[in-house]
Amino acid sequence: MSAPSITSIPKPRSPYKARKTGNFELNSWLFMRGSGLLLVVLVFGHLFVNLMVGKGVHAIDFAFVAGKWANPFWQVWDLAMLWLAELHGMNGLRTIINDYATKDTTRFVLKTLLYFSALIVLVLGTLVIFTFDPCLDPASTLEVCTNR
Amino acid sequence: MWSWVAHRITGVTIFFFLFAHVIDTAMVRVSPEAYNTAVETYKTPVVGVMEVGLVAAVLFHALNGIRIVLVDFWGNGPRYQRQLTYGVIGVFVVLFVPFVWRHLTNVFGG
Ligand code: HEM
Repeated sequence: MSAPSITSIPKPRSPYKARKTGNFELNSWLFMRGSGLLLVVLVFGHLFVNLMVGKGVHAIDFAFVAGKWANPFWQVWDLAMLWLAELHGMNGLRTIINDYATKDTTRFVLKTLLYFSALIVLVLGTLVIFTFDPCLDPASTLEVCTNR
Repeated sequence: MWSWVAHRITGVTIFFFLFAHVIDTAMVRVSPEAYNTAVETYKTPVVGVMEVGLVAAVLFHALNGIRIVLVDFWGNGPRYQRQLTYGVIGVFVVLFVPFVWRHLTNVFGG
């Protein structure tokens, strides 16, 4: 007799055993749709305010960013956009890796790289929004810096 | 089928751009000069045109994403598949053309 096969067929009418994986895939499916809809507003608002209004791309410089982040509204906006976009994109790439990388080791390596890069982006991005200092340069002539 | 492929490709493209974009924006934490040098590149003709490609990707991904949500959650979504796809193409053109006009006149007109 050969060793028992791993892919043995269960006996008919053996009770169905649900795998204990929880609802992770359902939740991430829902998250893709929910975050996607929120991102429509956040991303198009971002593109419109930064590229379409006034002088468009030519208006963007250090002072422009300082002006925007002096307002908690844009801090919260950018923070929400950062987290939702990064998690949405990370989850999307996780699906794509699962689809195309068939070897366990390849999948593991790619996902490790993915989660590592997402961690860098989230930590760096969040720190930048909250520790931003418009008066970094002591010789700054920006209004917020000369007035204090 | 093609819209699924395009959704994947645009999604991955935007994800990689996001990585670069968070890093260039992080230059505001280094010095005003470092940041200004970084954004300067966005104002060059080559990157200005690449930006058009990026916005095309975002626009398609977003509109097609809305279509996916409608097909999944709206009772009549699957029945109006075809119309929804035409809708994506139609709204894409309506939003993209003015964007290209405005952005490229900004980039090239100074
Ligand atoms: C602007 C609004 C956006 C909307 C409405 C949207 C919508 C969606 C939806 C509905 C899916 C479906 C996934 C599935 O079939 O389960 C998806 C996938 C995806 N999205 Fe987005 N998304 C948006 C923005 C973004 C951004 C900013 C990124 C990148 C950071 C991104 C990257 C991806 C990726 C990589 C996938 C996976 C594609 C696949 O599995 O084939 N999306 N998106």
